[in-house]
Amino acid sequence: MWAYWQSVPAHWREIPARYRLEGGRCMDCGYIMLPKEDICPVCGSKNIETVILPRKGKVLNYTVVWNALRGYEYYTPYVLAIIELEDGSRIMAQLTDISPSEAKKGMEVEMVLRKTKVSGESGIIAYSYKFRPVIR
Amino acid sequence: MVYIVGVGLTNVGNHWNKSLRHLAVEASLKALESCNKNIDYIVVANALSGVVNGQENLGSYVATHLGKIGLPAVKIEAAGASGGAAVLLASSLVSSKMADRVLVVGVEKVTDYTALEDSNSALSTSIDSEYEAFHGGTLDAMHALVMRAYMWKYNVSKEEFSYLPLLMHENAVDTPHAQLRFKLKPESYSSSPVIAEPLTMLDLAPLGDGAAAVVLSKDAEGSNGNAEIVSSGQATDSISLYRRRDLTEMPSIRTAFKRAMENTNFKPDFYIIHDYSSIMGYIAVEELGLAERGKASRLFSSGEANRDGPVPINPEGGLKARGNPVGATGVYQVAEAYLQVTGRADGWQVKGAMSGLTLGIGGIGSNSVVHLVRGV
Repeated sequence: MWAYWQSVPAHWREIPARYRLEGGRCMDCGYIMLPKEDICPVCGSKNIETVILPRKGKVLNYTVVWNALRGYEYYTPYVLAIIELEDGSRIMAQLTDISPSEAKKGMEVEMVLRKTKVSGESGIIAYSYKFRPVIR
Repeated sequence: MVYIVGVGLTNVGNHWNKSLRHLAVEASLKALESCNKNIDYIVVANALSGVVNGQENLGSYVATHLGKIGLPAVKIEAAGASGGAAVLLASSLVSSKMADRVLVVGVEKVTDYTALEDSNSALSTSIDSEYEAFHGGTLDAMHALVMRAYMWKYNVSKEEFSYLPLLMHENAVDTPHAQLRFKLKPESYSSSPVIAEPLTMLDLAPLGDGAAAVVLSKDAEGSNGNAEIVSSGQATDSISLYRRRDLTEMPSIRTAFKRAMENTNFKPDFYIIHDYSSIMGYIAVEELGLAERGKASRLFSSGEANRDGPVPINPEGGLKARGNPVGATGVYQVAEAYLQVTGRADGWQVKGAMSGLTLGIGGIGSNSVVHLVRGV
């Protein structure tokens, strides 16, 4: 079941976004997106340049997931957040290195690379961005 | 003109002894017997058969098991809006004269896996798989984020979300095909377990198996009552929740509604909406213009949304209590509207109802379909 989770190329081709926040910026309307699209979802322009998104941002909204997907049981409960990065772009990611009760709106966070999903005994171990509170 | 000339429903629930094919055939036969007509096209509505049952190609699958090998048939998928989308496209087959009579059968078989992780994974195919579900996003977690945004923006307490589930359970007691036919106590809502904060179990519709079928025709030729599909509308929104500017709005709902209402002065006597969660139900009634932003709870707490109130909402019990056989739900909604406007909703009838609106929603508001149904 969930064969699409086991795929190596399905994860591999997303690595630029998942490992180093490689996204796109619309050169017509300025919208910044992750992942990079061929067509701007806001204005429809095809004039998109590759940009690396900033690794810091703040939590706009979050939920603590107690009832998880297959493959995420190990992390449950985990905090899933919508984060606004310093350039105004938005991203969905897990918060890490905190207990769920510490999550709050407006919290300043920074990107780290973490193990995100283990797909069974024979599947791949996928890493990607998660966000932790900024260490001062 | 496109008419609904017959419908058939199975109960929504755990059908351990029935497969996808048994459910589809049972509802289809009931619909065909209720109008006693032949069909020349089959449209199947379903959302999850590929990932849950390992069966796709449902057009051929249903035609085979229904003894209709040879007929043109196809599956339509739009997550929770599959049923509404299937009725919309089937109705275009009739109005474009591609077909004279179309059987639309919505079917979902989701209880073969009892672990919540598996049903969550199946439902997460309706959100952004690579940039939301990959990070542990469930469909329920998306509803939780929307609920949190709504609570912050309008300063709404968690308890205010209880009014929708309470009314839905009350309505479903009278609906023969409903899944949860019992009343809910307010204290049960308060002590309901957390699914994804702040969303709790009683905010959510249960998952259930079920099938619903409607027969569409160019003529009002049904022997047990006829209803006209006056108009329909559909619209999409971003598949990814994190890219939306304001989580408390679902523009696909109001756009689908606006498109359906173009060129008609239709006035619904009741509304059948897609309350996958209490928060989605609240946003839906706001997008349909039935309540001010942030104030939907009053519609449900004041009695206005009751079956005998001025704005009946989900007289059958909604997804919350009639149940949510995902891809079939939209066909249930249209079949229920037909039973209402032909005066055959025994026990759950909105008195004197002649016109109704159905709203099906896919994903987290990323695909909406509205139908306007009138008795003739």
